[in-house]
Amino acid sequence: MKNILVIRKNTYFDSVTLMSLSEELKKLDEAENVMVTMATAMNKELLQKEQLADASIETYTENDLVIAAKVQDEVEEEDFIHLVDEKLKGDKASGEKEEEVYATIKQAKAADGDANMVVISVPGEHAAREAKIALENGMNVMLFSDNVSLEEERFLKELAHEKELLVMGPDCGTAMINGIGLCFANKVASGDIGIVGASGTGMQEIMVLVDRYGCGISNAIGVGGRDLKEAIGGIMMLDGLHMLEADEKTKVIVIVSKVPDKAVEKKLLEVIEREITKPVVIYYTTDEKKTMDSQKVVFADSLLAAAQKACELSSGKMPEEKIQQVEKFEKFADTQKYIRGLYCGGTVCAEAYYYLKQKADRVYSNVTKDEEHMLADVFKSEGHTLLDLGDDFFTTGRAHPMIDPTIRLSRIREECEDPECAVILLDFEIGYGSNENPAGITIEAIREGMELAKAQGREVKFVTYVLGTDADMQNKRQQEKQLSECGCIIAESNLEAVKIACSLIGLEE
Amino acid sequence: MNQLFSQDKLNIINVGLKGFGPDAASQGAIVKQVEWKPVAGGRKDIIEALDKVESLADKIKEANETVISRMKAANPVLVGMDLAINVVPEMTEHTILHAGPPIAWESMCGPMKGAVIGAILFEGLASDDKEAVQLIESGSIKFDPCHEHKAVGPMAGVLSAHMPVHIVKNETNGDYAYCSINEGLGKVLRFGAYSKEVLERLAFLRDEFMPVMQKALALTDGIDIKLITAQALQMGDECHNRNKAATSLFYKQISQLILETDCEKAAIQKVLSFIAGNDHYFLNLSMPACKLITEAGQNVPYATIVSTMARNGVEFGIKVSGIGTGEWFDYASNYIEGLYFPGYSKEDANPDIGDSAITETTGIGGMSMAGAPAIVQFVGGDVEDAFNTTKRMYGITTDINAAYAIPNMNFKGAPMGIDMLKVIESGVLPVINTGIAHKEAGIGQIGAGIVNPPMECFYQALLSYVKKYA
Repeated sequence: MKNILVIRKNTYFDSVTLMSLSEELKKLDEAENVMVTMATAMNKELLQKEQLADASIETYTENDLVIAAKVQDEVEEEDFIHLVDEKLKGDKASGEKEEEVYATIKQAKAADGDANMVVISVPGEHAAREAKIALENGMNVMLFSDNVSLEEERFLKELAHEKELLVMGPDCGTAMINGIGLCFANKVASGDIGIVGASGTGMQEIMVLVDRYGCGISNAIGVGGRDLKEAIGGIMMLDGLHMLEADEKTKVIVIVSKVPDKAVEKKLLEVIEREITKPVVIYYTTDEKKTMDSQKVVFADSLLAAAQKACELSSGKMPEEKIQQVEKFEKFADTQKYIRGLYCGGTVCAEAYYYLKQKADRVYSNVTKDEEHMLADVFKSEGHTLLDLGDDFFTTGRAHPMIDPTIRLSRIREECEDPECAVILLDFEIGYGSNENPAGITIEAIREGMELAKAQGREVKFVTYVLGTDADMQNKRQQEKQLSECGCIIAESNLEAVKIACSLIGLEE
Repeated sequence: MNQLFSQDKLNIINVGLKGFGPDAASQGAIVKQVEWKPVAGGRKDIIEALDKVESLADKIKEANETVISRMKAANPVLVGMDLAINVVPEMTEHTILHAGPPIAWESMCGPMKGAVIGAILFEGLASDDKEAVQLIESGSIKFDPCHEHKAVGPMAGVLSAHMPVHIVKNETNGDYAYCSINEGLGKVLRFGAYSKEVLERLAFLRDEFMPVMQKALALTDGIDIKLITAQALQMGDECHNRNKAATSLFYKQISQLILETDCEKAAIQKVLSFIAGNDHYFLNLSMPACKLITEAGQNVPYATIVSTMARNGVEFGIKVSGIGTGEWFDYASNYIEGLYFPGYSKEDANPDIGDSAITETTGIGGMSMAGAPAIVQFVGGDVEDAFNTTKRMYGITTDINAAYAIPNMNFKGAPMGIDMLKVIESGVLPVINTGIAHKEAGIGQIGAGIVNPPMECFYQALLSYVKKYA
């Protein structure tokens, strides 16, 4: 044991503050006795009685602060005094329960140095600046905001790469990190399948299917839709892959994205081949057949196939997916030949589009850049039309259809009045971030649409898919119940929905 | 490698859409919400300047730590009293010092003009107000801010050669600061009154009060102002607009000393009752003490801590440590939000005036409002408002000053070192508790309340800082 005695001339603290501080310090294992006190006559006597100070203490006055302690030999005086000083600041941040509101990212970080993720959803013109501040303060970023320029995106991702941090986005709607779903996300089981994706609903679909197949998710990293463009070079896709490779919880990696730019794709595959040891399942939204001469890489031709393959690699057993057998519907009028998909999710729309394109002619969509299949006017359907209603065409000036369904409700009515429309495909994304009752706010438009068609002597079929789990707050079964009660067919996956639609009009063999 | 996954938890700062926060919190994440608004109201030049300064972050941090350590180390002690001409640097018979940033006679507000005339009459340089104005207009009076002469003054802050001043010394670095004697309320010079009773009181302070105080202070090594401030903060003062406890504590010490002098009983009685009769006596000790504390942190290269906030009744001026003592950043003073004495209203008010915002510059006054709930009544708020005000101030300051513990804040130390960058980034302005002066000379205090500096002062300071360093 040794004594520590430090005296601060003319430093005043309230005696009650000092008493409670002394009590607190006395509880330390390395301290036998502690007195932090003003040098009043009584305290000076006490200090000497407790052998914390000798008679020289008598020269000090009641305006002087005494820090006196008997501590174990290995305790550094400097450290001990520092601890006392910190306690005297009285900043008990951790003990404060009430909700604090902060004006800046820096303020919030100052209040809690452990903050490791900044979710940014401010208007695009301000988003990059906030993201930069987050990175410079050592935090990962989920950039929900859109309208961030390519230059800004590249700058942020290079900075993040250098600082070994993530920038998810811009325009990133979905992620699951350390068991927490961010922005648009579903409640799914934890497991060993990690995802890195340049696609929001694509990642959500894989996650809920994995959950349904009895497997689970380790981490899901969204990188934003442009990450695999040459201008960005897949910076975050590659960093994300390396993170999942190093992540002890991850056994299987799934990549989901639009087809990358050529150079980026090449680099991505090279990196996988050279630096990734875990099996990788890749789904690109395309009908181009991708193969690779590699033990590690498997290409899937749908979100569903990607989820199945990942589960097989995770559990050793290929999950069974029984597709509902639906008969061709014979009561369509002669004019009713086409499927109309009104999607909230871009990637689920793309999955359906590339499937349908293989089955039928005259397939149009706003998810393709292929001129032959682009719609002349996105506000007017022709042939088979599969629309991503989350496209900028529809969302400028209003919320995404996953939150505000107005645009889809009016489109349902329009399609029902079109004599060529036979089947309407609808997706309902539930979970965090989404509308609290997406089915409930849509069924009236479905009923009306059905009535409109009926009045003109037609019957329009609705095939619906609820993307989510029973654990989601909107509850998948509850959503499906509302839809089936008004006559919709319920699909168990997005792919199954388009397959059912094909069966109804006789496209499936 | 990114450590995010091995950290095994998510500790989120949510900026923007509020719904994302509770969603993540319901899954077990720790979430802090940032009430985001466009930085600097979207002003491009300011945002660019902030971005430029970002690259200096390490230097700024180090510089600000130096400022804070010097401010904390400062130990202001009242060591004496003398006539301004004898102690205040560069004081002359024809110099009149005033509050706030520099201002010409023509531009001065009513109360300041009144106080200047009063000072000229008191000095015997003119026999009536007309003559005084003629003297001024002839150009033979030199005006200068108190702050440029190591002095501070409340309200008009007018100080002339033969007014007695408190001499306060920073025992740590040997620096001095000076401040007049607080005259009390009502018709007083600092509110622009110059009637006979005002001039007589000034003469009393010079001829009767000062000699007794000088004898009393000669009996001691000094009276520790920091110590009194620390104790008063625990007794419900914030040592700007409420000085009841501090004045009492000061009285406890000075009365002992005065009684030990060989002065006549009648003289002693007059001096003691003058101090006892003015709850704000301590303000004129608190201010020079704060001046010494901020002065200790002045002129540290790269530092972004505000070292002066002062108003001349027309403009609010600030100085920033790293930019240097020479440069003021001024903008039109705001009007004070507050309570008016019966018979007065906002129409009667002068814009914010006085050097007393030096107290806020060190982190007491409005910054430590939580410690002085009684003050909140002045602004019609409740105790919780005081609490929240101080909490907000921690967000724009650099450190916590353990020497000034605030009981209501769980004995957390007062916020210390206003950082101009934090002010601009957060859009949160320092809060100043202050008295409201009547816009016409000589009517006096008509209320009290709270006021903010204009944001423009901080913007100008930032732009100048960038020019200097970035």
